[in-house]
Amino acid sequence: MQGNRVKRCQGKPVGTKGRKMVDYFKLIALAGVFLFAAMGANFAHDLPYQVNAIEVMIAAAITFIYVIRNVDEEVHHDQGQYLDSVIRAGVIATAFWGIVGFLVGVVIAFQLAFPALNIDNVGGMLNFGRLRQLHTSAVIFAFGGNALIMSSFYVVQRTCAARLWGGNLAWFVFWGWQLMVVLAASSYVLGGTQGKEYAETVWYIDIWITVVWVAYLAVFVGTLVKRREPHIYVANWFYLSMILTVALLHLVNNAAVPVSIFSSISVPVYSGVQDAMVQWWYGHNAVGFFLTSGFLGMMYYFVPKQVERPVYSYKLSIIHFWSLTFMYIWAGPHHLHYTALPDWASTLGMVFSIMLWMPSWGGMINGLMTLSGAWDKLRTDPIVRMMVVAIGFYGMSTFEGPVMSIKAVNSLSHYTDWTIGHVHSGALGWNGMITFSVLYFLTPRLWNRERMYSDKLISWHFWLATIGIVLYAASMWVSGIMEGLMWREVDANGFLVNAFADTVAAKFPMNVVRGLGGGMFLTGALIMVYNLWMTVRGQPSRAAVYAGVPAE
Amino acid sequence: MEKYSLLREFADSWVLLALTLFLLGVFVWAFRPGSRSVHQDAANMIFRNEEKPGDIPPPSKEV
Repeated sequence: MQGNRVKRCQGKPVGTKGRKMVDYFKLIALAGVFLFAAMGANFAHDLPYQVNAIEVMIAAAITFIYVIRNVDEEVHHDQGQYLDSVIRAGVIATAFWGIVGFLVGVVIAFQLAFPALNIDNVGGMLNFGRLRQLHTSAVIFAFGGNALIMSSFYVVQRTCAARLWGGNLAWFVFWGWQLMVVLAASSYVLGGTQGKEYAETVWYIDIWITVVWVAYLAVFVGTLVKRREPHIYVANWFYLSMILTVALLHLVNNAAVPVSIFSSISVPVYSGVQDAMVQWWYGHNAVGFFLTSGFLGMMYYFVPKQVERPVYSYKLSIIHFWSLTFMYIWAGPHHLHYTALPDWASTLGMVFSIMLWMPSWGGMINGLMTLSGAWDKLRTDPIVRMMVVAIGFYGMSTFEGPVMSIKAVNSLSHYTDWTIGHVHSGALGWNGMITFSVLYFLTPRLWNRERMYSDKLISWHFWLATIGIVLYAASMWVSGIMEGLMWREVDANGFLVNAFADTVAAKFPMNVVRGLGGGMFLTGALIMVYNLWMTVRGQPSRAAVYAGVPAE
Repeated sequence: MEKYSLLREFADSWVLLALTLFLLGVFVWAFRPGSRSVHQDAANMIFRNEEKPGDIPPPSKEV
C-alpha cells in the first residue's frame, strides 16, 4: 500500500528553493501583520478594536512560529488519499461552536423572561443587547459555517473522486474561519457592531471574511476542476451557489468607509431606504443561500448515503436547484412591508416569496421520498429519523415563511415573537437537525470507527431536540399572535388599549417556555457531544471485545 | 434618476424575459431525451469512491 501511495502522488514536486522563498514571504508578511496589529493595539480609538488587534497579534505570532518551524519540511500531498484531517477538525469545531451558540441562546432567552439576569458591573458585556449578536453569529456563522465548510469538503472530495485542491489551503480556510469567529465574538461583547442584522461584524472583520471566503471558493472550485467524475453531483451545485452568493451578498452589504484605520467604526455607503433594502436583500439571501442552499447540499448527499439509496428524482433536484436560485434572490423586500420602501418592491418580494413555496416543497418531497422503499429505517435508525424531522421542519418553515410574507399576515406578525419562532423552527429544526445527523454520519467514518457509541443516546438527543423545538415554536406562535393582536387593539374612540409594557408582561409565561425549550435543545446537543466523544475514545475497546466473536 | 428609469425599463422587459426563458430552458434540458441514464449514473455516483479517490483514470491531459 505504501508503494501504491507514492506512485499515485501526481502533484508536481515543488523545488525546495521555491518553497523556501514562499516561506520567507509568508514570514515577512506575518511579521508585518504582527507589527501593524501591535500599532493598532497602541493607537486604537475604541476597546473592540484594541482587543481585536491584540488577538490578531497573537494569531500572527502563532502562525509565524508554525511557519518558521516548518520551513525545511518536505510537503507532500498524496493525491491518492482524501484530505480528511481538516474535516475532522471541522467536526470538532462544529460541535464546539454549536454548544457555545446554544448556551448563549438559552441565556438570552432567560434574560428576556427575567431581566435581572442582565448582570451589572461588567460594563454591559453580558447584556441582552450584546449577547444577542453573539448568539446569532455563533449559531449561524460559527456552528452553521463550520458545518457547511467541513461537510462541503467531505462531499466535494467524494463526489469528485479527487483530493481537495490547494494543498493546505483548506487548513487556512479552517483556521481563518475560527479566527473570524473569535474576533467577532470578542468585538460584540465589547460593543463593536455595524448595526446590520446578521452582518454585525465590523469592517476589518468583513475584510478578513472576504479573504477566507475567497480561499474557500478556490479550494472548492479547484477540486471541482480536477474531478475524475464526469458529472458534478447536485449537492456540489447547492454548495457552490451558497459560496458564490454569500460572497456577492457580503461584499455589497458591507460596503462601508471606516472613519479611521485604527477604529472599528465605519460609515455605510448607502443611506435611508436604500440601506434598508440592501440590508434585507442581504439578510434574506443569507437565510436563502447560507442556511438553505448550503444545507440542501448536505441533504442531497447525506440522506441518500444514510438510507443507502439514490435520491428520489435527480431531475427534480435540478429543477429544485435552479428554481430556488432564481426565486430566492427576489424575496428580500418582504422584510420591509409598510415601510418607506416603494409598494411595488414589497409586493414583488411577497410574490416571489409565495412562488418560492413550490421549489421548496419540491425539494422537501425529493428528500423525503428518497426513503421510499426504506421507510422501515425510520424505526431502526435514529440518524434517519433525525434527517426526516429536519426535512419536515424545512418543509414547515418554507410554508410558514411565504404565509408570513403576505402583507395582511405580515401586518400582524411583523416585529412580534412569531418571526423569532419562525426563524427558530427553521434554524433549530432544519439546520440544527440536519447538521446533527451529518455529525453522527461523519464521526464514525472520519475516525475509522465501526459505528456510533450509542444509538440510544442519539434517540435521547432526537427527542429532547424535537420536543424542545416544538415548545419553542409553539410558545412563540402564541406569544407573537397575542402581541400582534394587543398592539393593534383599539377602543371605541380609536385609542390604543395596550401599552407596550403590557405586552411584555403578558409574554412572561411564553418566554419561560421558550427558555425551557431551548434548554432541552442544548441538553440534547450536550448528549450528542458526549456520544461523539465516546465514539472516538471508547470505540476501539468495544471493537476489541467483539473481535473474538465469529462472524456466523 | 434617468439611469434608474432606463435600467428599470430594461429589467422589467428583456432581462425578465431572458431570465424566465433560461429557467424554462433548464427544465426542458433536464427532461431532454437521453438524460435518464446520465441522471441515473449521477444519482448513484455517491456510492463510489467513499474511501479513496478511486480507480477512475485521470483525464488524459494529466498523464
